[in-house]
Amino acid sequence: MDQSEMRNWEARCTQEEPPRCRAACPLHVDVREFCTRMAEDRPDQAWGTLCRTLPLPSVMARICDAPCKKACLRNDAGGAVEMSALERACADFPGKTPPLHAPPSRGRKATIIGGDIAALTAAWDLSRKGVEVALHCPCDVTDMLNWLRCTAPLDYEATLRKHLETELATLRRLGVVIHEHAPVSLTLVDTARAEERLVFIAPDAYQALLEGDAPPDDLTLGTVRTGVFAAMRPAEPEQAFSPVFLAALGRRAATSMDRFYQGASLVAGREREGIFETRLYTNISTVAPVSPIAVSQNGYSREQAVQEAARCLRCECMECVHNCAFLAEFGSYPKQYTRRIYNNASIVMGTRQANTMINSCMMCGLCASLCPDGFDMGALCLQSRQDMVARGKMPASAHEFALRDMAFANGEDCVVARHAPDTARSAWLFFPGCQLTASMPDAVERTWRWLRTQLGGDAEKGGVGLLLHCCGAPAHWSGRTDLHAEAVRTLSAHLDALGNPPLITACPTCTDMLRKALPQAVITTLWEVFDQQTSDTAFPASPLAAQTELVLHDPCNTRHDAALRSAVRSLLHQRGIRVTEPERSGEHTECCGFGGLSESANPALGVKIREGRAARLTTASPADAVTYCAMCRDMLAKSGKRILHMLDLLLPPEPSEPCGPGCCGPRADNAAGPHAGPAPSYSERRENRIRLRERLITGYWQEAGRTAAPYEALRVTYTPEAQQRMESHRILDSDIRKVLLHTEQQKTWLENVTDTESKGRRLAMFRPTIVTYWVEYTLQDDGGYMVHNTWSHRMRIIPPGHRSGNGGNA
Amino acid sequence: MSTLKVLDKDYSDWVCAACGKPLQPAPVELEYLDSLFNVELPCCVACGMVLIPEELALGKMADVERLLEDK
Repeated sequence: MDQSEMRNWEARCTQEEPPRCRAACPLHVDVREFCTRMAEDRPDQAWGTLCRTLPLPSVMARICDAPCKKACLRNDAGGAVEMSALERACADFPGKTPPLHAPPSRGRKATIIGGDIAALTAAWDLSRKGVEVALHCPCDVTDMLNWLRCTAPLDYEATLRKHLETELATLRRLGVVIHEHAPVSLTLVDTARAEERLVFIAPDAYQALLEGDAPPDDLTLGTVRTGVFAAMRPAEPEQAFSPVFLAALGRRAATSMDRFYQGASLVAGREREGIFETRLYTNISTVAPVSPIAVSQNGYSREQAVQEAARCLRCECMECVHNCAFLAEFGSYPKQYTRRIYNNASIVMGTRQANTMINSCMMCGLCASLCPDGFDMGALCLQSRQDMVARGKMPASAHEFALRDMAFANGEDCVVARHAPDTARSAWLFFPGCQLTASMPDAVERTWRWLRTQLGGDAEKGGVGLLLHCCGAPAHWSGRTDLHAEAVRTLSAHLDALGNPPLITACPTCTDMLRKALPQAVITTLWEVFDQQTSDTAFPASPLAAQTELVLHDPCNTRHDAALRSAVRSLLHQRGIRVTEPERSGEHTECCGFGGLSESANPALGVKIREGRAARLTTASPADAVTYCAMCRDMLAKSGKRILHMLDLLLPPEPSEPCGPGCCGPRADNAAGPHAGPAPSYSERRENRIRLRERLITGYWQEAGRTAAPYEALRVTYTPEAQQRMESHRILDSDIRKVLLHTEQQKTWLENVTDTESKGRRLAMFRPTIVTYWVEYTLQDDGGYMVHNTWSHRMRIIPPGHRSGNGGNA
Repeated sequence: MSTLKVLDKDYSDWVCAACGKPLQPAPVELEYLDSLFNVELPCCVACGMVLIPEELALGKMADVERLLEDK
């Protein structure tokens, strides 16, 4: 990602855009910050916020007509925040005005002609930039006050004069020379110019001096006279007497004059100087209406001001962050994340702090579906992951387990790519996906049988073939374009060999991945095929009573597949299920945490994601849930949620033919029904795949089964603690068996000789490839192994006496 | 390269089955992603078999692995 690409990404996130109030304020007062401080009852800090922006703050805060109120989003939820009254209340609380310092003069001089708030603002701003200002007022303080008073909504005469005199004293202290009742004429202008002073003619003097000239430029307030800037009174009535609009004219002139002094462009980068439309999106759909606190004659009390300020919505976007555990996890928002990702890639020496963040995204597309500008964090993270892989900077441990699992699913123990038995062609090809095969192997077999029965087929048309293979999603998600391309190549070869029949896919991720990777393939989802079967006898009896309520969890890969989502709802309806939709459903559904290999790279976040989703399903209804993605079911089941897979509902096992051991985890044994129970363990998932292939190959095609590896013959049992460690550390039964077999062959282990309960325990280790596994076990009387604990590390051990590079014992 | 001491516990209650010797602290090199660390770990004085206890593997060792992967 180069810098311009980064900026393009950043520009799509509007979180740093100003809120509507600030954009609608001609002076761009930070209203949100001001209200935040006021609501915290910190009027001194709120006053500081006002003083940063307002000219002559003790006057302006009391006469501001708050055009921001029209733009306030609270208008749609009770009424706009009473900003004028809040400003006045803040100004009335004893607060310390931040000290003002005029920088030393660098010989820059200006003449300002006029006595209105625009003239005073220009004098205020220029003097603070170190310009020596002579202010020629055609009036005196009383006239100024009259003018200000006529714009002020409250009777402030008593105090306003005092504050005006205070601010005029500040101007004088800043070096402004104020000439009251000054004669106003073009001679004054010409003299000033002759002395190389820049001139600003304020609206109240404009008519007398420049009537007849071409009007000043709207953007710069420059006139046809070089070095002379001027502002006319705005034509729109609501602006003509608005103190804050007039003050903004003075500020605009001061900015132009300062640029003129510096020889800088008078026009560049001023698009947002006046009021503008912000791009900030703020969702107020859940904001409860609250009416404004009524403003009394004397304004707000301190307590009332706090209450009124608390009505401010603190407008921000954060739409994606509030709806995504991953985005919330790293404490910022996409614009900042983009910068972190860019910096991460730019590091030559040092720690790449954003690696974990980049690898934690579920790439589920929820952010893009919520963002008004479609910011897709998943696309950004995928690009970054691919870049990290290409530059050899991807942490090896982030995706290794998932990629090993993919390689296993695509290995000879798991892959089946065949026409149906006794057919030489396939009219259809069932592609259940490697995770459904791992989670519910018996359901895969039942589904294939159902498809063969329902879709029929004969020798001429062909039957329903079967392709057990991974779609390549883990490789894609991990940024391994090479492995993904290889998976797609292998898949294409299988499809070619089978005559490229239309595919029936059961897994939403596979469906999405294959549609993108194999655009020429005809792909229909299993659920749409099911939905097209209108026969009453197509499905066995439902395991659930009619009118059972289920909360439907849409897998995130169905976000853009309305037809699939609709077919699922239709099927549930036909099955007599009352469907409850959670808050985030359909195109705004949430990921279970498996997507993007998020859980693989950041297991702790994975727990948060799935528990959050499970909680929101339960909030929709305490009823059990249902979904149609095996990984979603298993991930949510891990959080303790009772959740069905659609196949549990549509093609449950016949009572006479229950699921085999390991299939569907302990669910199949649960008398309460198929909903409950945790997901199969990582080891069971592998066994399920092997066993399914074995059963299909030997049972349907009458071919010889596989030859088991020597380590499979060992008798190994695990304590519950050991099983828990295996899951949390992702250590497989096969890994442990390899260690034990290695130990048996090499006769090398450590033995505990203490007089504790650990006495006699053995500790063995083996490093099959790049991970060293340790197994703590006891030898059973029957020669079997009881495993008590296991752990692993990636560091290589070089034992004493072995020089670096000689290999070592691990 | 100085030897890092990362374990306080005594592991002499573990004996190398092949040699019959209790484990003694000895300098061992650990290598990951081209970085070498000299660490004092319990070893068999005869054959050099090393013990990496669970708390080390899942604690400091895992932290260093992560750090090196992010370099």
